[in-house]
Amino acid sequence: MTNITDRGVEKLRTGISSLDIIAKGGLPKNRTTLISGTAGSGKTVFAIHFLAAGILQGEPGVFVTFEESADDVKKNMRSFGWDLDKWEKEGKLTFVDASPDPEIETVEAGGFDLGALLARVDNAVKKVKAKRVSVDSLGAVFSQFSDQAMVRGELFRIAMGLKGMGVTAVLTAERTDDHGPIARFGVEEFIADNVIILRNALEDETRRRTIEILKFRGCDHQKGEYPFTIVPQGGVIVIPLSAMQLSMKSSNVRISSGNPELDEMCGGGFFRDSVTLVSGATGTGKTLTVTQFLQGGAAAGEKCLLLAFEESRDQLVRNANGWGFDFEKMERDGMLRVVCDYPDLSGLEDWLVTIQKIITDFKPKRVALDSLSALENVGTLKAFREFVIGLTSFIKHQEITGMFTATTGTLMGGDSITESNISTLTDSIILLRYVEMFGEMKRGLTVLKMRGSAHDKAIREFTIGKGGMQMGRAFRNVTGILAGAPMHVAPGDVERVWAQYDRDVGDRRRRAEDRPAN
Amino acid sequence: MEVALSKYVLTLYVTGTSPRTKIAIDNLNRICSQELAGRYELEIVDVLEHPQRAEDERILATPTLIKQLPPPLRRVIGDLSDKDKVLLGLEVRPTATSSSQAPRNEAT
Repeated sequence: MTNITDRGVEKLRTGISSLDIIAKGGLPKNRTTLISGTAGSGKTVFAIHFLAAGILQGEPGVFVTFEESADDVKKNMRSFGWDLDKWEKEGKLTFVDASPDPEIETVEAGGFDLGALLARVDNAVKKVKAKRVSVDSLGAVFSQFSDQAMVRGELFRIAMGLKGMGVTAVLTAERTDDHGPIARFGVEEFIADNVIILRNALEDETRRRTIEILKFRGCDHQKGEYPFTIVPQGGVIVIPLSAMQLSMKSSNVRISSGNPELDEMCGGGFFRDSVTLVSGATGTGKTLTVTQFLQGGAAAGEKCLLLAFEESRDQLVRNANGWGFDFEKMERDGMLRVVCDYPDLSGLEDWLVTIQKIITDFKPKRVALDSLSALENVGTLKAFREFVIGLTSFIKHQEITGMFTATTGTLMGGDSITESNISTLTDSIILLRYVEMFGEMKRGLTVLKMRGSAHDKAIREFTIGKGGMQMGRAFRNVTGILAGAPMHVAPGDVERVWAQYDRDVGDRRRRAEDRPAN
Repeated sequence: MEVALSKYVLTLYVTGTSPRTKIAIDNLNRICSQELAGRYELEIVDVLEHPQRAEDERILATPTLIKQLPPPLRRVIGDLSDKDKVLLGLEVRPTATSSSQAPRNEAT
């Protein structure tokens, strides 16, 4: 169970679950893997997480530190929920503290090697019967000694030695640039069998962490950069996008949108594990659609989660009250949880992890996010897309029904960045549009897309009042609503167009019937 | 303070019986007999046999010579082939016969 063979090279399931997905089973067993990254890219956290995850699944570890002292490492890692002190006392973890001691003056007088270091690592591995070793970082060894050639040779020897000890090792190394040479001293990548690169790139004034498996000698892995984040009480969390999309189920169970007329337009309601995008200009009724959706869930005895990034809790409660829905009661009954926050508080990767955690804890059957557009500017477009993919696949996996809203920039018609980027990711799209008719703004609703189901193609007028959304008639004699330029067409013209259409279709059908069948 | 009274307590950490170990031990014995005759104690520790001692002393490189006494604690790494550096590292004032810097002998 712990080892997954992959074309001959055995892999060690690291226990960093998302890493194991992109590494197709884990790190190559009994080999060394170089973790290279710029300052602040999360190398040390990765190195410790590797050991912590091992200890939690019964594999003791050794941490070799060349940079920070063992005490500093213990202190810094406490916030991740890893009690290194306790593990050390229990004999599951031991340190080889090779950090420079400023109090000891050292003079170099003649040739030397790092035999003592190797002996110490070997001793530590034997002492706790270690299965994993982390070395942090190789670059710091170079700065402790003047003879670089010697250090190079010795690091090779230590890497070879680690293999002989039957441990799976992670070695960290600094690089100066996110897209330059693999590591600063130009030799680190040759020391290890495998190379993983951590990046913390600055794009559009936001930081984005990615992890890339550059090479796994002799075995397979997912290619390319994957976003990851580092969270308190969690450590390194990779977001394995490609792997997520592979195993989605599909449900035929329908659930109510909270509005019987809208259900009817959707061909009987939303699918159980579908994600619906509600798009419209400000004030067209997106939040109302969401509120109805939540109300419908609570009425059916399903727990609902509302992630609100645009309005405060008080505003939401007041608005819901205005439509005749009691959010506070729903919350008291435990049917609803409202999470309100400023979107800019953390990066999109962090939001994804936070939201996943809330969902895992609360276990809702419905999740609404109002609005996606508020998150659009938190990161780059790529990060945003990844966030939506990540969230969509996560909630689908849990058989949760999702509803996201997107705000269009223009009042009439138009689309938004949100919409054009994620419309392919959602199962259903509901458009809410203003329709100007004879000097009056009316609201129109249409179900643009309903994956796997027939739906009403009409643009229906609706009004908002006590009790929510009331559907009216279809706009039969208006064209150009979605283009943002509604034009009133005389009823006679409409009839003529339809009559012409019927005639054409009739002609075609007749011609087809006249043709001899073969 | 009388020079003769200060006793040197030295520990040399080596790895196994490599050629470098042998060179270091020979060099150290020579330096000690020339400069510290009769006023030193030397212990040689093989880190392969006693890795925990290397751990406790936080030693990375071999050979490493540690001067425990007299204070301050000093470390010299390498095969000790550079005698001047060794004496500098141990803060041993060279005797008249062995060093080019003899004139500073009686300075204090």
